[in-house]
Amino acid sequence: MARSNQQKNGRVSDLLFTFSLVFVVAVAAAGFLAPWISPHGAGGLEEKQILEVPSLAHLMGTDSLGRDLLTRVLFGARVSMAVGIGTALIALVIGSAYGLISGFIGGNLDHLMMRLVDIFYGLPDMLIFILLSLLFGRNIGGLLIALGLVSWVRFARIARGQVLQAKEFLFVEGARAMGASRRRIILHHILPNILGPIIVTLSFSIPAAILAESTLSFIGLGINDPYSAWGTSWGSLAQDGWRAMRTYPHILFFPAAAIFLTILAFNTLGNALSDLLNPRGK
Amino acid sequence: MLTFILQRLLHGLAVIWFVATLTFILLRLAPGGPFDSERKLPPEVLANIEAKYHLDEPLSKQYLRYLAGIIHLDLGPSYKYLDRGVKEIILDTLPTSALLGLLALVFALMVSFPTGLIAAYFRNSWIDRFSLLTATFGISVPHFILGALLIWLFAVQLGWLQAGRWDNTASMILPTITLGAAPAAYIAALLRSTLIEALGEDFIRTARAKGLREDAVLFKHALRNSLLPVLTVMGPLTAALLTGSFVVEYVFAIPGMGRFFITAVTDRDYPLIMGVTLVYTALLVGANFLVDLCYAYVDPRIRVY
Repeated sequence: MARSNQQKNGRVSDLLFTFSLVFVVAVAAAGFLAPWISPHGAGGLEEKQILEVPSLAHLMGTDSLGRDLLTRVLFGARVSMAVGIGTALIALVIGSAYGLISGFIGGNLDHLMMRLVDIFYGLPDMLIFILLSLLFGRNIGGLLIALGLVSWVRFARIARGQVLQAKEFLFVEGARAMGASRRRIILHHILPNILGPIIVTLSFSIPAAILAESTLSFIGLGINDPYSAWGTSWGSLAQDGWRAMRTYPHILFFPAAAIFLTILAFNTLGNALSDLLNPRGK
Repeated sequence: MLTFILQRLLHGLAVIWFVATLTFILLRLAPGGPFDSERKLPPEVLANIEAKYHLDEPLSKQYLRYLAGIIHLDLGPSYKYLDRGVKEIILDTLPTSALLGLLALVFALMVSFPTGLIAAYFRNSWIDRFSLLTATFGISVPHFILGALLIWLFAVQLGWLQAGRWDNTASMILPTITLGAAPAAYIAALLRSTLIEALGEDFIRTARAKGLREDAVLFKHALRNSLLPVLTVMGPLTAALLTGSFVVEYVFAIPGMGRFFITAVTDRDYPLIMGVTLVYTALLVGANFLVDLCYAYVDPRIRVY
């Protein structure tokens, strides 16, 4: 009985995993191909069709200026994907380098560097995003820097912890005994062994960044660049819909669903990856 | 134990100083000033304003003045609200935000503990799977979407509750659920996994073997050992409640500190931004300190040093 239950569980989570993977790839493709697959051209502007409810011509309806909502949501996928992946990569590079150095050198420097991480870890991150975006400007580049500068600490902690463990491995000691340089030990022996936990952290920091960006845009403190070729953030679209929610709920519904499903899919992927890479958890 | 408390206190003060300095630097570097407006002010007027707010002094002197102000709990004047200081604005709005955060925390604990316990005890049953799925949803849904959904359902469609007010118990229900949902989901999922691990331990088998009742096994032996990981995440969860609160305050139009923060950012009301940031940081540091104390209480190993 227990076994069949587990098998059933396995099948359900496999299905969820596949579905999430397909969804994430589809969103990425939609964002990448938005100018070509949009049914009503890049602007999606239709005359005399303001605030239409969803129909065959406009699958998601039109907004208060008569723009096709499907087009806007497709273009919004670019912003979310770029912010999510961009932030995660910036955080990955800064954080892993920091953690690797701190853990590998050890001693007082390690202690000092980790105190700094502790401080960063305890900051209210949303506040810091907002303060940093005041400094770097409210465009996609500024937002990437602001989000990256706050999210790196998680990577730093993981990387350091893994390095401390990996340092004790016999093959690392062997490499050191054979006179390998520090650079070589870090790049060839330690880095490959700590990839697993870092990939899991990466898969969770993408949805976190998407969440932060859409929230900032929703409260009006996100990307402020209405004529960007990137398109408008899902958060800003949701903000437009929020104002008209009582009468035209569809304008809020589709961007909100896009945000929620994308974050959900990434979180599911992250859970599956962490199960996969951590066999002890099973 | 005393060393431990002192150490944590010092760490907390360091965090507050760090944030104070960071905010000061960031806001001084940020382009555009609070007194830039569509209509260019004559230079003499601008100089007068700057002299009034000590903006004409060298940066080092401004910084020291600012730090001295914090120590005296004087957060300076607001640039936007001329008749009120930053301290008055915060004292007016903080109780509202604190009440919202506290309600959300209580809601999260009340929902997550029973759910986590039941899910872990009946693991792999339909009730467990349903709770896990709900928890994943709860972690993934942004505050503003959940808030909008609840308003649309309960205020617009059903008309049971009103949104956009904060004056009676009924008006507090939807904001509390919105803010508390994610922490509830998070704690429930965490409690479930640590409980499942604890229930597989040898001391549970021993407890059952010596004929203890099932509730004693669950509450006294398994639960107590699963509390530590939950306590550990209370710090980050407090941070999530704090930063979530200003989105929820925005969505539900609650006159709390977070809503003032958002308008302060658009107005570039620097003293107000700095003041609110500091209060949030101090709250967070305080919460983390309490968590550390509870930690020492639950885990005797920490008390030793």
